[in-house]
Amino acid sequence: MGILRTFALGGIHPPENKLSANAPIETLPVPKQAIVPLGQNLGAPSKPIVKKGDEVKVGQLIAEAGGFISTNIHSPVSGKIFKIDNAIDGTGYKRPCIIINVADDVWDDTIDTSAEIVSEIKQSPEEIIDIIKNAGIVGLGGATFPTYVKLMPPPGKTAEYLIINGVECEPYLTSDHRLMLEKGREIIIGTRILMKALNVKKAFIGIENNKPDAINHMTELVKSHDDIEIQSLKVQYPQGGEKQLIKASVNREVPSGKLPIEVGCVVQNVGTAFAVYEAVQKNKPLVERVVTVTGKSVKKPSNFMVRIGTPISELIDAADGLPENTGKIIGGGPMMGKAITSLEVPVVKGSSGILIMEEGESFRSTEGPCIRCSKCTYVCPMGLEPYLLSKAAKLSNFEMAENESIMDCIECGSCQYGCPAAIPLLDYLRLGKLKVGQIMRNRK
Amino acid sequence: MSNFTVSGSPHIQGDESTKKIMYGVVIAMIPTVLFSIYFFGIDAIRVFLLAIVASLFFEWAIQKYLIKGPLSINDGSALVTAILLALNLPSNLPGWMVIIGALVAIGMAKMSFGGLGKNVFNPALVARVFLLVSFPVEMTSWPKPKPITEGLADVITGPTPLGIVKEGLGANKTMSELTPELPTYTQGLMGNMGGSMGEVSALALILGGIYMLWKKIITWHIPVSMLLTVAIFSGIFWGIDPEHYADPVFHMLTGGMLLGAIFMATDMVTSPMTKEGQLVFGFGVGLLTILIRMWGAYPEGVSFAILIMNAAVPLINMGFKPRRFGAKPGVALNN
Repeated sequence: MGILRTFALGGIHPPENKLSANAPIETLPVPKQAIVPLGQNLGAPSKPIVKKGDEVKVGQLIAEAGGFISTNIHSPVSGKIFKIDNAIDGTGYKRPCIIINVADDVWDDTIDTSAEIVSEIKQSPEEIIDIIKNAGIVGLGGATFPTYVKLMPPPGKTAEYLIINGVECEPYLTSDHRLMLEKGREIIIGTRILMKALNVKKAFIGIENNKPDAINHMTELVKSHDDIEIQSLKVQYPQGGEKQLIKASVNREVPSGKLPIEVGCVVQNVGTAFAVYEAVQKNKPLVERVVTVTGKSVKKPSNFMVRIGTPISELIDAADGLPENTGKIIGGGPMMGKAITSLEVPVVKGSSGILIMEEGESFRSTEGPCIRCSKCTYVCPMGLEPYLLSKAAKLSNFEMAENESIMDCIECGSCQYGCPAAIPLLDYLRLGKLKVGQIMRNRK
Repeated sequence: MSNFTVSGSPHIQGDESTKKIMYGVVIAMIPTVLFSIYFFGIDAIRVFLLAIVASLFFEWAIQKYLIKGPLSINDGSALVTAILLALNLPSNLPGWMVIIGALVAIGMAKMSFGGLGKNVFNPALVARVFLLVSFPVEMTSWPKPKPITEGLADVITGPTPLGIVKEGLGANKTMSELTPELPTYTQGLMGNMGGSMGEVSALALILGGIYMLWKKIITWHIPVSMLLTVAIFSGIFWGIDPEHYADPVFHMLTGGMLLGAIFMATDMVTSPMTKEGQLVFGFGVGLLTILIRMWGAYPEGVSFAILIMNAAVPLINMGFKPRRFGAKPGVALNN
């Protein structure tokens, strides 16, 4: 085997801990009550179009896009609207949610719920983009950027390559891995649909080589075609970052402050490709997704197909319960995930996993003085100097932070992970980004 | 309902720690320490113990009564400074001078800047140079190494190989006339030559360097660029006039060259942050060392060269930024 592709700058290799890699996707029963937050995408929150007491079916539109960068939301369950009220979501804040009391599981008639795989793509590119927009599909890797926006390059820019992200570089998470193994054909069709929408001739599917079974399976599926290529990538975090994956796949660097389309690339997650398949071929909007439930003390690390709006307590119960020694619950992976404050937080479109951490691993080490070892600089995938940026932010020297490209930080946390003095570098970097962002907006 | 910890990502931490790095350096110094005890005997043990006890005491006392910060003697940095200081001293140095050295290293060069990570100059080197200019006689009468196995006879002092060359060339002798007085390469490699405790065995120092490279405590950039610079410059002059200039291998094996290249110039706190900057830093140290050795007043120049380059580190850090993602190689993106 030759030298594996990967990105060039920085990177770390934390323990992979893919405990649930061999657990097949299990479909979870519908919850008794679904809590559907209105803010599930990057951008403006959606606007509800139902009211208390309305009867809804699975897949029925319940909230409309609230702006250009926003999405539709469909009812993930059937039943009666209980109320539209504030409830705690994954951000830790109480935010507007549509709360539905579930009755039965009645699907909208237009949705094809059969198991048959439809491979012929009949729709035109415009129709495809329209369907994806209406189906409320967002980036399912966690960023939740509305998918249809990425499919409409700004004037003067054209896409040359579609890159499908099957990297799953976050430790513990296995939802994309399982999806590739179990829904590989659908993902390939979804990839073709996206290629058609973008009018690109070539797609790459990047998978880290800690998932050889997925690489083999997907390679087998595209054997007779050369317009889709499976790329085996060296395991290195944060390879799932859009810019890092583009560098690894096609060796192009997205300039600072620009989008991937600048270098002719569009990146979509494998989960998104699957959702696109379901929306275009089966007329099924985004009402469910795969969520990994894992952790060192979790009795049954699992991958569940769950409806959006299901409280995470139900997922944890299905994984044989919350361990006694739980200290922290994370929505997402351990590197970029968010700590969750309550077990009633619902699954949203961007939920890729629930990581349950033991008490012993839930606390940070005591911060010591910076010894200028420069390890943060060596591992930064964006070529930044986290020690300098964090100091600038700490001293409120935001001009310096801006000049030193703080806005390029992708918040991957590699710097803080490797810091021998356990300095919370990313805390300071986030603060710096927030302030510099405000200053930049005010300047306009 | 239990309460869960909430904090920002990342939620996992690598297994690096300041302590691990510092004790890693200590482990890397063990071969050198053992060689110096082998060659200088009880005297060496005396200097090591004095330096360690005094350094830890000053670190503790200053942190507790002047800085009033959390206890810092456990982090291993004072121990590293103490051993490095001892390796930079002759084994027959009077005890009270060792203690003054520790006070200068810890008190003046490290704690007065605010403690670990904040000092500009390498503490052990500041102390070495302080002692050298304050007590020139004691700091330059080097005991001849005598393996401990040959019994505890009186120690004979003599000049270092670099001293012999400096004085000899100054007295218009040629290198071939001086060669009989100089150690052979094998002696240099094993450590059988005059010098400070840590300057004697090249082999032990290289072993320590390999360990630190393996443990990723240091990168190759500073030692390689420094030694390469020394080899090239001394090689040019030796190639032109071998009778009046020592050869590159001699320069490598003698004096504080390897001790400096492996343990002193690579000090994280006082060296540049990027690998490009580290190459420049190593080049500067190498060049200054050769300049001082060939034309300076002192036979040895490594300590001065490193201290001078320490002062240039903030400037190097400004000039040599890492390559930003999305920028052309070597160009920092400022937007």
